[in-house]
Amino acid sequence: MSIDLKTIKHISKLSRISVDEKKAEKLASDLNSIFDFIEKLNELKTENVEPLTSVAETTLKLRPDEVKSKNLREQIIKNSPKDNEDYFVVPKVIE
Amino acid sequence: MSDITKQTLSELVNNIKEKKLSSSEVTQAFVDRSEKSKELNTYITEDFSNALDKAKKFDDNPKLDLKLPGIPMAVKDLFCTANVRTTAGSKILNNFVPTYESTVTQNIWNEGAILIGKLNCDEFAMGSSNETSFFGNVQNPIDKNLVPGGSSGGSSSAVAAQLTPITIGTDTGGSIRQPASFTGTVGLKPTYGSCSRYGIVAFASSLDQAGPMAQNVQDCALLQEVISSYDQKDSTSIDFKRNQYSKELTKDIKGKKIGIPKEYRVDGMPKEIDDLWQKGIEYAKDCGAEIIDISLPHTNYALPTYYIVAPAEASSNLARYDGVKYGFRADGENLIDMYEKTRSEGFGAEVQRRIMIGTYVLSSGYYDAYYLKAQKVRKLIKNDFDEAYKKVDAILTPSTPSSAFKIGEKTNDPVSMYLNDIFTVPVNLAGLPGISIPAGHDSKGYPLGLQIIGKAFDEQNILNIAYAMEEKINFKNKITDWWIK
Repeated sequence: MSIDLKTIKHISKLSRISVDEKKAEKLASDLNSIFDFIEKLNELKTENVEPLTSVAETTLKLRPDEVKSKNLREQIIKNSPKDNEDYFVVPKVIE
Repeated sequence: MSDITKQTLSELVNNIKEKKLSSSEVTQAFVDRSEKSKELNTYITEDFSNALDKAKKFDDNPKLDLKLPGIPMAVKDLFCTANVRTTAGSKILNNFVPTYESTVTQNIWNEGAILIGKLNCDEFAMGSSNETSFFGNVQNPIDKNLVPGGSSGGSSSAVAAQLTPITIGTDTGGSIRQPASFTGTVGLKPTYGSCSRYGIVAFASSLDQAGPMAQNVQDCALLQEVISSYDQKDSTSIDFKRNQYSKELTKDIKGKKIGIPKEYRVDGMPKEIDDLWQKGIEYAKDCGAEIIDISLPHTNYALPTYYIVAPAEASSNLARYDGVKYGFRADGENLIDMYEKTRSEGFGAEVQRRIMIGTYVLSSGYYDAYYLKAQKVRKLIKNDFDEAYKKVDAILTPSTPSSAFKIGEKTNDPVSMYLNDIFTVPVNLAGLPGISIPAGHDSKGYPLGLQIIGKAFDEQNILNIAYAMEEKINFKNKITDWWIK
């Protein structure tokens, strides 16, 4: 199989990572060599195999829905790259 | 008391308990040595002056019945530490200061240990050489031109160089055991569900586990005892009866059945690795173990499976880094442009590569062919181990297919870098515990490791086997302190 530049552009859009032409070419070549290696799995017949979704054979436990953390608003806001003290600020979305 | 930093964790704990050493003396010694070792680039963030304050406070009111009384410890920078910057080795988290503490580190501080700093690692733990870190590569104390392994490369380097008495790393595909093997140290990846993942920067959630990295098996067992706990904050944490690993440690492994999987004798494996494996088999026999040939037929499919499952989970986990609530942000013309530029400039090349692989294998039309296929093969790999464990108690393999490689040697070829994890990845896919112990040197004088893989929740058994073999192997690390001027 071969991943072309068009596919790379499509994945980059889905991934929300911008790529220019040069980077797209490098990624295409890297991904193709990785997928060549991954194709090995096609040697195996797996029609009747159950997929393994988790190795932890446990049922999800429930716990009381209680607030345990303190009010950390100030510290949490401080981590944001742009804020107006009360809210996270992002580029304008609605005209 | 001289040479504090040369003591093992267990010796330091005893000396503090017997009041022969204070926490301040011990902390100062490791801080001083770390100060002199900046060339190794093991630390991303130092917390030395806070550590010395905490040590003094400990000495003013010593709690000597704790398991790690006043012991200084640096940890991998993938563990969130409250009020101490946590970067995951990435530009995108360059200025992130968590408001909460990971459960594993909290368990450590609860037993009296003191944070001295955050250790370098591959970006988001994606790498096998510590070269993908935004904060630069780490040098292996064995030789300045060698990588320390990865992704827990700062951790392995810091333990081998004795900048911290012991540390913790994380292991998604070999990130504790491979760096331990490359630096002549001991590294344990516990059973999936043994140590809480709460507060660890997520890479691949069905594979990630935290574990100890130490100078010897005894210390490793002690730290495992501290970090392993059932945690309500991690939905995959498992409530099972945990051993007092260090207290129950025994060298008596007489009659234990140890399996040798023929599929681990891979093409192109250096003779030195095969010889080491043979030597390991002899050591195990000397300890009274019974050696049994076994087969793990799907071994060759483990790496391709891993390189679907891990990137798929990573692409989902790393979707949160969007430049809005924390971390790095690049300016953009609109919201989408801001996201795309932030992620393009904030993530390094390897992380972007893996996000792209993950996004592709999960994308419409490809999910069944890749992701579902990989989950099915993962089942076959786990079945192999289940079958083998009907006949044996543990499995012995080399830890890595080679000794530490040179800085820059594999950076241009992702697949050759991935092949490094060939012996460690199957263990993560099956959720089993595995330990790497130093077992010899190659002709260049670089350390080589052996891996012992156990049944799920059978950490005590592989620690015991490692403990018994460690005595027979009698490994001495060849470190000359070349970086201290």
